Amino acid sequence: MDDYFAELGELFERFNVVGAFWTNIQLTFWAALIALALGTVLALMRISPIASLRFAGTAYVNVIRNTPLTVIIIFMVLVVWTLFAVTLAPGFNDNFFRLAVIGLAIYHAAFVCEAIRSGVNTVPVGQAEAARAIGLPFLAAARLVILPQAFRGSIAPLGNTLIALLKNSTVAAAGSVSWETASTMRLMIEFRPDHLYLIFFIFALGYVVLVIPIGVVTTWLSDRLAVKR
Amino acid sequence: MDHEAITDEPVASSAPRPTSGTATTDRATGEPLVELEGVNKHFGALHVLKDINLTVRKGEVLVVIGPSGSGKSTLCRAINRLETIDTGTIAIDGQKLPEEGRALARLRADVGMVFQSFNLFAHKTVLDNVTLGPRKARGTPKKAAADQARALLDRVGVANQANKMPAQLSGGQQQRVAIARALAMQPKVMLFDEPTSALDPEMVNEVLDAMVALAREGMTMIVVTHEMGFARKAADRVVFMADGQIVEEAPPEEFFTAPKSDRARDFLSKILPH
Ligand SMILES: Nc1ncnc2c1ncn2[C@@H]1O[C@H](COP(=O)(O)OP(=O)(O)OP(=O)(O)O)[C@@H](O)[C@H]1O
Ligand SMILES: [Mg+2]
Repeated sequence: MDDYFAELGELFERFNVVGAFWTNIQLTFWAALIALALGTVLALMRISPIASLRFAGTAYVNVIRNTPLTVIIIFMVLVVWTLFAVTLAPGFNDNFFRLAVIGLAIYHAAFVCEAIRSGVNTVPVGQAEAARAIGLPFLAAARLVILPQAFRGSIAPLGNTLIALLKNSTVAAAGSVSWETASTMRLMIEFRPDHLYLIFFIFALGYVVLVIPIGVVTTWLSDRLAVKR
Repeated sequence: MDHEAITDEPVASSAPRPTSGTATTDRATGEPLVELEGVNKHFGALHVLKDINLTVRKGEVLVVIGPSGSGKSTLCRAINRLETIDTGTIAIDGQKLPEEGRALARLRADVGMVFQSFNLFAHKTVLDNVTLGPRKARGTPKKAAADQARALLDRVGVANQANKMPAQLSGGQQQRVAIARALAMQPKVMLFDEPTSALDPEMVNEVLDAMVALAREGMTMIVVTHEMGFARKAADRVVFMADGQIVEEAPPEEFFTAPKSDRARDFLSKILPH
């Protein structure tokens, strides 16, 4: 038994599991921020009175949502970086990290947009009409009246998108972010295939521990912030 | 106590006047303020507004009455372009309604609207509901907007509710806040689309009283309502609509006692108490 724990300790010394999780948390954090901003803009486009903007927003969501994330991440590395030589940071690793963040954000913005749009649907049309009737132009009405209520109605689907993003952040491996969890896990299994089950279990548990609080917090928030009518 | 705050008496003189001061007591000769010419509107195959010609003068109070589905709401909504029209023109104070964008927003600011279902901003306090328009559409400084809002809330008898959320108010109180919110933009004309029909009976009068007071101050008003008491007390003219057309126009007393058209007689026999 002592041998077993000694081996395990050695495994954890050799592979930085905590650091790998931290990488995925960072990928998720930055991608979530950018996706939230981009998704909000897309949602605004989709509810705007201008037909060409609505079309562009709809096209983005349909194209991106139906493209596999792996394809987008590989596109970021092979096309954006290799072909067009777009460099986002001086160091190799930082550059791959940022390309992955952008790829994750582009993909999840489509889902954020749809989550916000579902929130917009919870806002009665009379709210927008009243905003227009007092002379607010579209953007002011959206910013001051519609989105504040829509966000409260979209906390639960936004939470689900965040959970998906956290798990999907492992796809950054396809974009050469080789120190994140999925890549680290594979290396560990290759190194100690005899501990296969344990290694799997540790990584699965790590994600469960990260995901559960997100669900709890978003459920709590969406109850607390619900708009009373 | 709110329910007694409004009476038929002219409103407290301390309150600021909502109108720009051009209102005239001689309503028949006031200048045209809202002009509709040859207005047509379809919802798909349904012809909801049929060649509507209507002029409302400064200071005039017009009551629009008619059976359900006759197009009263659509008419009201077309006047501030919440509904687009197919043909014809609508002008406010000599200015044709712009199609879109900021010019339309500016013009809407001059047209107050009170909805059947109040439509107060659910995430904002009563005070913020009233100050939002002046601050964001007119650029009124915060303090000035708040002072004006409190005066308006006082005028409609809900000053003590200023810091509550709309959901905490009764229907009658919410509708009076909605009136204050519209007045805060100092509109040239106020549109009311069945402002009391979503209210419990005991709350109808508090809202009507606020509207009568407003009418007496010279506000130009277009009111869709079946409240004959209000029409008799405050209206200069009643317009009767049926099937998207204006069938009859007359002063209220004349309309209610001696309607000329069969449609109006038939309609009145259904809503009048016997
Ligand atoms: N958005 C819409 N789409 C399709 N049809 C509509 C729409 N709004 C109204 N209508 C139809 O247009 C007609 C006129 O409606 P409107 O609401 O103007 O009538 P109204 O006189 O206000 O009736 P009520 O007294 O019931 O409020 C009705 O037949 C209604 O069903
Ligand atoms: Mg109606």
